[in-house]
Parts: sequence; C-alpha cells; structure tokens
Amino acid sequence: MPEFSLYKGIPRFSLTKSRLIHGLIAAAVLLALCVFGFVLSDIAIKGWRHIDFSFLTENPLDSGRAGGVLSILVSTLAVVLICLFIAIPLGVATALWLAEFSDSSKTRPIAAWLRRLIHLLSGIPSIVIGLFGFVFFCQILGLGYSLLAGGLSLACMALPLIIGTMEQDFRSLPSSLRQASSALAISHSAFIFHILLPVSAPALITATVLSIGRSLAETAVLLFTSGYVTRMPESVLDPGRVMSVHIFDLSMNVTGGDNKAYASALVLTALIIALNFFTKIVIARFKARL
Amino acid sequence: MHHGLAVLTALVGILVVFIFLFLLQESWPLLSKISPSRLFTDPSWHPSEEYYNVSAMVVATLLATLGALAIAAPLGIAFAIYCEFYAAPYLSKALSSILELLAGIPSVVFGLWGLVVLVPVISSWEGPGTSLLAGIIILSIMILPTGALLARSSLANTAQQWRQASAALGLSRWAMVKTIALPASKTGLINALIIQAGRALGETMAVLMVCGNIVAIPDSLFAPVRTLSANIALEMAYAMGDHRAALYSTGLILLILVTALLCFSRPNLTERSHA
Repeated sequence: MPEFSLYKGIPRFSLTKSRLIHGLIAAAVLLALCVFGFVLSDIAIKGWRHIDFSFLTENPLDSGRAGGVLSILVSTLAVVLICLFIAIPLGVATALWLAEFSDSSKTRPIAAWLRRLIHLLSGIPSIVIGLFGFVFFCQILGLGYSLLAGGLSLACMALPLIIGTMEQDFRSLPSSLRQASSALAISHSAFIFHILLPVSAPALITATVLSIGRSLAETAVLLFTSGYVTRMPESVLDPGRVMSVHIFDLSMNVTGGDNKAYASALVLTALIIALNFFTKIVIARFKARL
Repeated sequence: MHHGLAVLTALVGILVVFIFLFLLQESWPLLSKISPSRLFTDPSWHPSEEYYNVSAMVVATLLATLGALAIAAPLGIAFAIYCEFYAAPYLSKALSSILELLAGIPSVVFGLWGLVVLVPVISSWEGPGTSLLAGIIILSIMILPTGALLARSSLANTAQQWRQASAALGLSRWAMVKTIALPASKTGLINALIIQAGRALGETMAVLMVCGNIVAIPDSLFAPVRTLSANIALEMAYAMGDHRAALYSTGLILLILVTALLCFSRPNLTERSHA
C-alpha cells in the first residue's frame, strides 16, 4: 500500500486555503462548461438558421451548397449498419471467449496478450486505420471506394469498444446465477445462450450505441474508404459520402459551404445527442425489468 | 464452440499486427530505396522532388499534443476532482452525463467551430489565424471530456474508509484530495493522460481544419503547422508511387509513436464504456 503523509498533511492545510482551492476548482469546471456551451450554442444557432424540413428530404446540389443531405444520411446509415453487422457478432464472440473460456492455465497468458493487442487496436489513430482500409479493403479485396469498405474499416475501430464493454459485463454476472446453473448441471453452452447472453442484453445495447456514436463521429477512416461522392448510393458497393466527411468537405473545400456545413453539423450533433438520451431511457427500462 | 470463438478472438487480436504489416508493405517501395534516416535528414518535404523530410511534421504533432495536454490535463483533473469530491450528488451525476455527451461530439464539429469562430479571433491578434495555437485549443477541447471521465473513474477508486478516516481526522477536503485521493489514483491519472495523448497524436480532422497545414517547424504559437495525420489526409487523394509510399511511412511513424505510448498504459474498461 502506498505511504501517505497524513501526519504531515494536517497542519499544512488551512481552511482559507481549502476554500480558495474549492473556488479555483469550481472556476475550472465553469470555464470548461462555458467553452462547451459556447461551441454547442454556436453550432445550434447558426445551424438552425440554415435548416428546414427540405434539408432532410433533398439530395445535395452544387457540391452541397444547395439542396439537403438525404443521400448523405442514407450513406451514413448504410456505413454504420455495415459496421455493426460485422463488429457486433465478432466483438461479442471475442468477449465471450475472453470472459468464459480463457481462464485455464494454458490459455491465460494467450488471453493476456490478446487483450494487450486489442488495447493497442483501440488506440490506433483513425487515419492509420483509413490507410489500412484503403489498401486492404479497397485494393486487395477489390471493393474500391464503397460503403462496404468504409463499414469494414469502421468495424476495426468499433471492435475494441464492443469487446471491452461486453467482457466487463460478462465478468460481472452475479455468481449466484453461475452457481445455480452448475447445481442444475446445465451445460456450459446452455448457460451461455440461456443465461449469460440474455442477462447481458443491456450491455449489448450500450456497446451498440457506443459503436454507433463512434462511427457517426468518425471522419478520417472514411475519407479514403467510402469516398466523396454525394450521389445517392444504390448498393453497398457504391461509394457514398457520410455526414462527417460532408461537414469537413463543405467547410474546407467548398467556398460558400459554411452555412450548409453548420446545418449538417447541427443535424449530426442532434442525432448523437438524441441517441444518447434514447439509450439512457431504454437501459433504465431494461434494468427496471430485470 | 469454444474453438470457433478462440479462432475469432485470435483473428481480432492479430488485426493490429496485420495493420502494422500492411503499412510496412506499402511504405516498403520507398524505405527499401532510400535509407529511412532520410525521412529526417532531407532538406524538405517535397515528394515530387524526392525530398521526404517529415521532421517538421513530427515536431508539429508533438507540440500540438503537448500543448493540448498542458491545457486539458489540469482542467480535466480539476473537473474530475470537483465531480468526485466537491459537487452535490445530483450535480455530480449531471456533470458526468454532460461529459459523456460531450465525449461523443464529432471532432469535425469542433473543427468547424474552430475554423469559423476561433481562427478569425486568433488572426485578429496575430498572423493568419490558422495556427499551432488554434490546433492546441481545439485538441484540448476535444480530449477534455474523455480525459475528465477517465480521471474521475480513477479518483472514484479512492477507498471509502480512507475518505471516512480523513474526515474523522478533520482534514479539509483539499487536504484529503491532495494527500490521499491524488496519490492513490496516480497510476490511473497517468493512464488517462497517456490515452488522451494518444488520441491527440492521432487526431486528424479538427487539426487539419484549423492548423493551416504549412510544413515548417513553428517559430511561434501563431505560426501555421502541418501534423503527421493532416499530411496523410491532405495528400493521399492524389499521391502516386513513391509519394504514396512516403505517406504510408508517415502513417507508420504515427502508428509507432502511438503504439509506443500506449505500451505504457493499460486497458481501461471505463474508458471503453465512455469514449
């Protein structure tokens, strides 16, 4: 246990100093909140001015200077769904192995290494994943700039998030459930399918939502995997531009695109905030039922 | 069933190695032709004239990261201390929810705000506005929420009986924070710092939007800079041959930097459930 200088500590600290520091800390919190409030209200106000219902139902025209974001929203949705479709089964399977099958003396060191590698994966910069996705999915697998290549690259980013959330949840299963199922001589696979997985449903929702949030916010990965094209995609092999890339392109490469960039930023931010609230409600309901 | 799961797990684990190897393979056409030391000794970064010096971009990346940490770390730790030890329970809960929400805001949104609001403000002080300073500010805003959440979760590990003991001894709240909570959660706080440093190193879009993207070692905070990640995003669209290999080498350097950093950190489950 670390050694604490309790006895040295007592006389050194005066009440005035403590109050002063309380004030300083509160001021830091206030400063941070003000900055975020300022940024978000700027996005909300300027975005609101350039948004109307047709913005959501029209396709972009003139590099996005006119029209709306319908095709962009469709591409975004497609990329996110592809990402989830790949990352969730793979992530849950990995978490299941790490939590349920890796505790024998033979597998424990392997599992420790795999966890370390997955931790590294979670830290890889998104632009590097983008470079990898471009070579592997677009070129070697021949997918070209496509929604599929974008979704697969995103899945690489979402995996560590899903694995971390699910493994933690699998491991926190009440031991009474485990003991009860061994007492009833339920097979391990029946235990997994009928007890462990159903009980972990709220965690799966959390993991899904976190991945959706991360995918919606991601830009650098998709720059060179899902492409720049604003056209409405017709299949998963078509290229498509996602929201975050659209905002980036409008603000950096399109003169006079700022207004639509703000409107798109508002749509994206609102989507993420709505998702956050929606999940909180759903999870609270789930927990109340359990 | 469990063999199948083991294979899938191994596949996911090996993905990192896979990514590293593919980056190496794509940079090999250049790295086998020129000595890798030329990435740091060439006169400049002009890929069309076969000059591949990335050191100015490495310096810019490191400066932006350090600057962002210098702002975000104290603010984030103060935020965490406030939530954990000062705020009333309802306020603490509300602040955490706000942080979770802010952690999910896309970096392009911060970048857009930086470009439209922050850059003109900086330019009214000095220089073109798109600058190292703008990058530092945007990066620090970006990493603050997750950093504060991570710091809070490690402060929360301060054992309840230590808290009670310190209250019984009549320690002021700050004395408790300084002599008990901070030392006890030092590892967790450093871990949070490393993870956020990794994020700042690799962040692309926001930095690309506000930094000005001129390849030069900055002589002041107001000078425009280009980071490693921005360099890839900017030139990848039209790069061919050796130029493309040079960009993959840039990606490789970035990957090595971040991986080296992350080797000093440990997986943090809370980070994953909040990030």
